[in-house]
Amino acid sequence: MLVIPCPHCGPRCEIEFSYGGQAHITRPEDPAAIDDETWADYVFMRDNTKGVFLERWVHAHGCRQWFNVARHTVTYEILASYETGAKPPKLDFETQV
Amino acid sequence: MTRYSLFSLLRNALNYHEDWPRAWRSPEPKPSYDAVIVGGGGHGLATAYYLAKNHGITNVAVIESGWIGGGNTGRNTTIVRSNYLWDESAALYEHSLKLWEGLSQELNYNVMFSQRGVINLAHNQHDLKEIGRRISANRLNGVDSEFLTPRQIKDLVPIIDLRAGGRYPVLGASIQRRGGTARHDAVAWGYARAADALGVDIIQQCPVTGFRIENGRVSAVETGKGTIETGKVGLAVAGHSSVMAGLAGFRLPIQSLPLQALVSEPVKPVLDTVVMSGAIHAYISQSDKGELVIGAGADSYIGYGQRGSLPVTEETLGAICELFPMFRRMRMLRQWGGIVDTCPDASPVLGKTPVEGMYVNGGWGTGGFKSTPGAGWAYAHTIANDMPHELNAAFSLDRFRTGYLIDEHGAAAVAH
Repeated sequence: MLVIPCPHCGPRCEIEFSYGGQAHITRPEDPAAIDDETWADYVFMRDNTKGVFLERWVHAHGCRQWFNVARHTVTYEILASYETGAKPPKLDFETQV
Repeated sequence: MTRYSLFSLLRNALNYHEDWPRAWRSPEPKPSYDAVIVGGGGHGLATAYYLAKNHGITNVAVIESGWIGGGNTGRNTTIVRSNYLWDESAALYEHSLKLWEGLSQELNYNVMFSQRGVINLAHNQHDLKEIGRRISANRLNGVDSEFLTPRQIKDLVPIIDLRAGGRYPVLGASIQRRGGTARHDAVAWGYARAADALGVDIIQQCPVTGFRIENGRVSAVETGKGTIETGKVGLAVAGHSSVMAGLAGFRLPIQSLPLQALVSEPVKPVLDTVVMSGAIHAYISQSDKGELVIGAGADSYIGYGQRGSLPVTEETLGAICELFPMFRRMRMLRQWGGIVDTCPDASPVLGKTPVEGMYVNGGWGTGGFKSTPGAGWAYAHTIANDMPHELNAAFSLDRFRTGYLIDEHGAAAVAH
């Protein structure tokens, strides 16, 4: 069971949250101007990191706000949580397995 | 290779079974191969076997970082069926099911394929309509599929609770009678033994650390046991597809999620078919040893730890106890997770990659085990001819650019 620190509500059990996948993906500014390859990359291609991963969560059964989490995908250790729009904290990304 | 038969069994009985030869060799890797398959699970071993048997390419190595069949091949719930909605999926899985039907004879290895039927329950009006649609689609594609009324379900599965007012009313079901279960380890061992007999080198305890790619074409695989020159590399690493793609410098639309399963204490036979419910995330069968084999849903978040999260376990067992009240006092012996690589459209990627000479077999989500023979068969064709077979042409990586997705998510709910 993950205990996820919501930046607004504090640590809560994982069943209160829904997952939003990889964080910090920017929608192309002018979708009409890009080719299918770039659009497919934006819509479908995702990092699937084995190690420290920056991801989005929403506190669906709480404050209902989206935020970002840095989590290790092998140990499931949560290293940080921070508000959407903020830059990720400095982390030791070399803690890969 | 000693042929397994009643005669060889009797002869070895005279020696107290002490002189059985090893089922496959443990060779050191040669400096070069015509093709290297990365991943010694069912898919990789089947691919090597069909490369040798169907295409005459026997100078092949299967590289496995752990031991063969130690990944998802040994971690699934062993269900085999082919009742998929879309034409492309039905063709591929049905081809696979036909190979399953002759697999023990083909490999001279008992994979214990048992066509005990697979039942998919409908709990509400929407489920009923979806099941009706799927049965019709299956029949149009030549896949056997029938509707069962609650009464017929009760006849086949007497232990199911169909009393009105239950938490999960059962309004009907579909059944694929040719579906069933197989011994998952035996599939890996059978393919390994048969591929080895045709000259394939199976190299275990040999992690892949990188690929040598020159001018967009792969020329060698870097491994824990040295560099292996080869012009063709087939990836078949399931949950680690993205990690391998990363080493080769391209991306996949894949998310790796832990999918969990549980096994109970063994009891006397109570369930002689497979019961699945996509709507409430539970599927169950009984192994020949008597254990209940229970499959749960996948975690919603990326994970490479081979265990599932507790809320998923709870949800599944809650549903199983509602459907089968007599299992409430059963004790679970083991619980584990396998890392399933899931595509956005819940269909696999089976074909070429942006790197010349490199191929990918991944993204099977929760459907990898049942597809083992068919996927290996089509993948071997793809590697041998540098172009996909018509069975897997639609499952290209390119479909995410063209938008020609094969959306099995809605079609198959959780269990696909």
